[in-house]
Amino acid sequence: MIAFIGRSVIQKIVTLFFVSVVSFAIIHIAPGEPSQVDPLNPKFTPEMVERFRQAFHLDRPLYVQYGFFYRDLLSGQTLSWKDNQPVLHKIWERFLNSLPLFIVGTLITWTISFPVGIRSAIFRGGAYDRGATFISYVLISIPGFFFAYMLIIFVVSQLHVPVIGMQTFGMTGTAWWFRVNDRLWHMLLPSILGATGGIAVLSRYVRSQMLEVESQDYVRTARAKGLPWEMVHYKHALRNALLPFVTMFGLILPGLIGGSVIIESIFSWPGLGRMAYEAILARDYPVILTINFIAAVLVLIGTFVSDILYVIVDPRIRL
Amino acid sequence: MSLENTPLASGLEAPPAPKRTRFEEAWRLFRRNRMALAGLVIFALFFFAAVAGLALTSGSRPLLDPSAVRLQEKLRPPLSMPQAASLQPGELPAFGIYLFGTDDLGRDVFARMLQGAWVSLTVGFVAVGISVAVGIFMGGLAGFYGQRHIRLEQLLVTAVLLTGAGLLATGFRSRGALLLVAGHAWLFWSISPWGLQRWKALPPGLGLLRKNTLMVDTVIMRFVDIMLCFPSFFLILTVVALLPASIYNIMIVIGLTSWEGTTRFVRAEFLSLREQDFVAAARALGVGNLRIIFRHMVPNAVAPVLVSATIGIASAILTEAGLSFLGFGVPPPHATWGNILSDGKRFIFDAPWLTFIPGAAILIVVLAFNLFGEGLRDTLNPRLRERN
Repeated sequence: MIAFIGRSVIQKIVTLFFVSVVSFAIIHIAPGEPSQVDPLNPKFTPEMVERFRQAFHLDRPLYVQYGFFYRDLLSGQTLSWKDNQPVLHKIWERFLNSLPLFIVGTLITWTISFPVGIRSAIFRGGAYDRGATFISYVLISIPGFFFAYMLIIFVVSQLHVPVIGMQTFGMTGTAWWFRVNDRLWHMLLPSILGATGGIAVLSRYVRSQMLEVESQDYVRTARAKGLPWEMVHYKHALRNALLPFVTMFGLILPGLIGGSVIIESIFSWPGLGRMAYEAILARDYPVILTINFIAAVLVLIGTFVSDILYVIVDPRIRL
Repeated sequence: MSLENTPLASGLEAPPAPKRTRFEEAWRLFRRNRMALAGLVIFALFFFAAVAGLALTSGSRPLLDPSAVRLQEKLRPPLSMPQAASLQPGELPAFGIYLFGTDDLGRDVFARMLQGAWVSLTVGFVAVGISVAVGIFMGGLAGFYGQRHIRLEQLLVTAVLLTGAGLLATGFRSRGALLLVAGHAWLFWSISPWGLQRWKALPPGLGLLRKNTLMVDTVIMRFVDIMLCFPSFFLILTVVALLPASIYNIMIVIGLTSWEGTTRFVRAEFLSLREQDFVAAARALGVGNLRIIFRHMVPNAVAPVLVSATIGIASAILTEAGLSFLGFGVPPPHATWGNILSDGKRFIFDAPWLTFIPGAAILIVVLAFNLFGEGLRDTLNPRLRERN
C-alpha cells in the first residue's frame, strides 16, 4: 500500500510537471502577445509596453519565463496582468461563488439519478425504463445554453422571478429570509442546468451497474431460495452495485472548475468559469495558467483518491 | 462448365455455416432498435439538408441568400409572407415565404439554418476524423509496438528537433534552423545503410547512446494521462481564442483534444488481438507487420471505434455550437446554428423562434447521432447477437 501510494504520487508529480510545460507552451507559442491586446488604448505607448514586458519578464527567453512563472505560482505571489491583483486571491473569491452551485448541483445529480437508475434496472425493458432512457439521451444531447433559455423563459414568464446574477439588485437592507429566498431562486436554474448532464450520465451508469450485478449467480440463488423481492434487489444486488460509485467521489473533484463557462456567462454568475472566460478574452496569461494548473491538480488528486477508495472498498483488489 | 450449376457442386462449394453476411446480420439486429433507426433516418435527412444547404447558399448568386439584409422586414415570425411592395425583386426570399421567419437584420433564417447545417456537419466529421486517425495511430502504436524500448539516441534526436522547432517558432530563426538541420542529418545518417553499419563499430563511450530507456507504451499512455488532465472545453476555448478565427482551426482543435478515448480503446483491442491465433497464423505465414496491422487487426478493432466516433460527432457538434454561442468560431457573416442562437438571445421574448429553431435543430441532430451510436453499440456487441 505504502509503495503504491509513493509510486503514484511520484508519477502524478511527473505528470503535473509535463502538464505545466505543455500548457505554458500552448499559451506562449500561440500567435499574439498580451502587450498587443489593446493597441488603440492611448495609454499603451511603446514605453509602457516595454515597461510592461520588463515587469513581467516577457523580454526573457521562454524557459526563463517558465521558471519565473512557476516560482511565483508555487510561492503564491502570481499577479494578474489585467489589474495587478494576486491571482490566488481572485480565484479563491470566485471559487467561493462557484462552490454553492457545485454543491447543490451535485446533490441534485446524486439524489435523482440513483432512484431513476435503480428503478429502470429493476423494470428493465418496461415503459419506465424506455422513457427514462430516452429522456436521458435528450438531456445529454440538449445544448446547455438552449436549455438555459427555455428555463429562463419558463421561470420569468410563469413564476415571475428574476434569475440573472447572484441576487436581485436593491435587496440589501431587507430581512434575511427575503435575501435567502432570493439567493435560492437565483441559484435554482444554474444548479439544475449544471446537474442535467450529470443526471443523464449517472443514471445510465447506475442502471448498467445494477443490471450487471442482477445477472450474477448469487442474485439468482437469492431469488431461487425464495427471499422476498425487496431483499433480493436492495440487499443483495444494490449493495454490490453501489461499489464503484464510492470511487466516483474522487472523480467529481475536477467538476469544481470545469464545465461551467457557458452556464455562468448566461446567468452572469461571478464564478470561476466566468472568470476563466474573461481571462481568456483579456489574454490574462497568469490567470489562465493558474486555473489550468489547479484543474490539473484536482484531476490528479481525484484519480488518486478514487484509486485509494477502490482499494479500501473492494477487498478483491490487492496492490 | 455446367457442372458448377448443379446442386451437388454448389452444395459442396458453399460454406456451411452463416447464411447471411456480417452486414446483413448487423442490419437485421439494428432494425429492431426503433430509436436507433430513427436516429439513422434523421442523420440521413441532416446530411442531405447540409449538402443542399451548401449548394443553395454558396456562390455569387445563391438561390437562398443567407446574408441578404432587408431592414424593413426584420423579426418577422415563421411562415410569414414578405411584403412584396417594399422589396426589390431580387430581395424576395426563395419560395416567396419566410419559412423560419427573419432575424433582427431581416435575414432569412431558413437560408441561414441551411448554411449552418453544413458547418455543423463538417465540424462533426472532420474533427472526429482527426481524432480517430490520431487515436488509431497512437493506440495501434502502443498496442502493437508497446513493448519495444526507445533508445537514448532516439530521445536525443526528438529533443533536438523539438527544441529546434520551438526556437524557430519563438523567433530565434538561425539557431532553430541549425538545430533542425542537425537533427534531420542525424536521422538520415542513422537510417542510411552506411549509418547502420557504423553503429556496430562504435567506441565504447558512444555505446551509451544505444541504451534502452522508456517503453513506447509508457510514453504514449503517460501522454494520454497528461492530455486528460486538461479541462477539455476550457482548453479548446483557450486555443481557439488565441488562434485566428476560422472554422478549420476549430475542427483541428476539437479533433486534437478528443483522441484519448479512441487511443485507449484501440490499445486495449490490439493488446488482446495480437495474442489471438489468427494473428499468430498470419505471422507464421510470413506476413509483414504492416499487413498484419491493417489487414487483420484494424478490421477487428474497428467496432468500438465506430461507436465512439458516432458519439464523438455528437459532442463535436455540441462543442462547436457552444463556441459559436460564446462568440468564438466562424467569423460573423457566415451563419452557424450556435451564432444564430447567440444573436437571437437578445430578442428572446419578442422573437423566440430565433432561439428555438437553432436550439431544436442542434438538439435533434445531436440526439440522432447519440441514438444511432448507442444502437450501433448494441448491434456490434457480440454478446447480444443471436446464435442462428
